[in-house]
Amino acid sequence: MTIVLAMLAGGLGGVARFVADATLTPRLTRGFSWAIPLVNVSGSLALGILAGLTSRDPSLGPAAAILGVGFLGGYTTFSTASVDAVRLWRAGGTRRSVFYALVTLVGSLAAAAAGLALGGGAL
Amino acid sequence: MSVSVHDLGLVFTGGAIGVGVRFALEAGFPSAPGGWPTTTFLINVIGSLALGMVSAWAALRGRETVRTRAIRLGVGTGVIGGFTTYSTFSVETVRLLGDSAPLGMAYAFGSIVLGMLAAFAGMRVIEGAAGRGRA
Repeated sequence: MTIVLAMLAGGLGGVARFVADATLTPRLTRGFSWAIPLVNVSGSLALGILAGLTSRDPSLGPAAAILGVGFLGGYTTFSTASVDAVRLWRAGGTRRSVFYALVTLVGSLAAAAAGLALGGGAL
Repeated sequence: MSVSVHDLGLVFTGGAIGVGVRFALEAGFPSAPGGWPTTTFLINVIGSLALGMVSAWAALRGRETVRTRAIRLGVGTGVIGGFTTYSTFSVETVRLLGDSAPLGMAYAFGSIVLGMLAAFAGMRVIEGAAGRGRA
């Protein structure tokens, strides 16, 4: 069943995010790093490509669900982005928080748009 | 940060659960093409609230114990991290922006702002229940 495969893929996606964060976040920064924004931007690029490809070839649907909703949905995280932005606001003030949230948002949207164009056959 | 196989197992299991719930919800309550992605929106905001609570709980614990770490990784990084999704949000926003710039912007900023408010509310609930300010 697709959902079981998506769940397994999702578990792997979460692990990939966890390992990326552990690798990219220096021990001493007390949890704030650009690792999660990088994960979210790269995941958005990948899902854009998948979505673009699927729009050209609908038979990719089930595979796209497992990779897209499953792996990439597990890989990226909205909740951590929210919490980190709030923690920055509480510790460092509004400007750093807004910058962090905007960079993630604009980066992810640009990546998703680029991916959709790439996957959809723009190149 | 050093990562153990036990850590990976916690994140994997939690992630699978969170993804499974989201997958079922998105399959059961799909959004209309060109319409507001209600399911993803609610998932991301509620997930932000929940992670705010877990984050505050873990911070109030002080020194991390085996049990605290297990809950933080299994429930926080795993279940809630798998439950919410930035990639789906991004693709949905780009598509919405293509149909209607105001709707796309409302979805993007609405999600971000409400997600942050929810996370903050979650933290405050736990901190209030503990009878303390932020750690």
